[in-house]
Amino acid sequence: MVKSVIPAGLKSMKKNDLKLLAVLLGLALAAFVGMSLYARFTTKEPQAVVLLDGKERGRYSLSEETVVEIRQEDGSYNILQIRDGKAEITEASCPDKICVNHRPVRGQGESLVCLPNRLVVEIENGEDLGIDAGTR
Amino acid sequence: MAKKTAYLGMFTALAFVFSYIEFLLPINLGIPGIKLGLANLVSIVALYTMGASWAFPLSLVRILLTGLTFGNPASMIYSLAGGILSLAIMIVAKRCKLFSVTGVSVLGGVFHNVGQILVAILVVETASLLYYLPVLILSGTAAGVLIGLLSSILIRHLRKITEMEQVGR
Repeated sequence: MVKSVIPAGLKSMKKNDLKLLAVLLGLALAAFVGMSLYARFTTKEPQAVVLLDGKERGRYSLSEETVVEIRQEDGSYNILQIRDGKAEITEASCPDKICVNHRPVRGQGESLVCLPNRLVVEIENGEDLGIDAGTR
Repeated sequence: MAKKTAYLGMFTALAFVFSYIEFLLPINLGIPGIKLGLANLVSIVALYTMGASWAFPLSLVRILLTGLTFGNPASMIYSLAGGILSLAIMIVAKRCKLFSVTGVSVLGGVFHNVGQILVAILVVETASLLYYLPVLILSGTAAGVLIGLLSSILIRHLRKITEMEQVGR
């Protein structure tokens, strides 16, 4: 069944679809190149910046191993761990745990986001990860 | 009219089940927001067979149902943002008659992710989330192509319902 779906579906595509795909791929590439270039112009020490509701609450150098408990007034919490030059969230009070399951981050622009707790841990001055940055 | 209502009910149930299947799949790539968008399959088929005025409430109801059952009120905001933006774009794209079903689906997939990211940026008030945009554009496109190909086959076979759209609602 799969063998008949794909060619039949592909026949229904128009030239405009291919143009659209090209534009989208180009956009993704341009955005990625733009962000990489931007990162290349900063050479300071990598830090993990903790933001709650968009306000900076702390900065932690990625070169020092630390464990930080970020606890909020309503009882919600996230535990940030810096290890091996990377930042990760090891525990959190949120229901979906997307932040906990996210792989450790260390690259420029990478972040750990916990939407239910409105927490963002952003990497500043992180290393430029090149092609692998968004797809690993 | 009664027949259309029955079809709408079936589509809603189907979309709900597709959402459940996606909910069962593990978070795969470790980046928030990456999903297959299987429920979009139902939205697109409904859009092309029953029309925008039926597809829109279908999506709304499906998002609400899914959000209440498998998610939480917080996650529903992102689903709604992504879903409404995605469907609005798809309706416009379909009317423009520039793209095939697959093209419309790709637009839907990409804008679903864009909508979610925009709301997330507003919620956490940090623009750094834009970093995820290239990846989400790519995954939205890939999923859109897949869903689009499948949808185009289904739409062609569901011709009886298709005729309903032209004859007069």
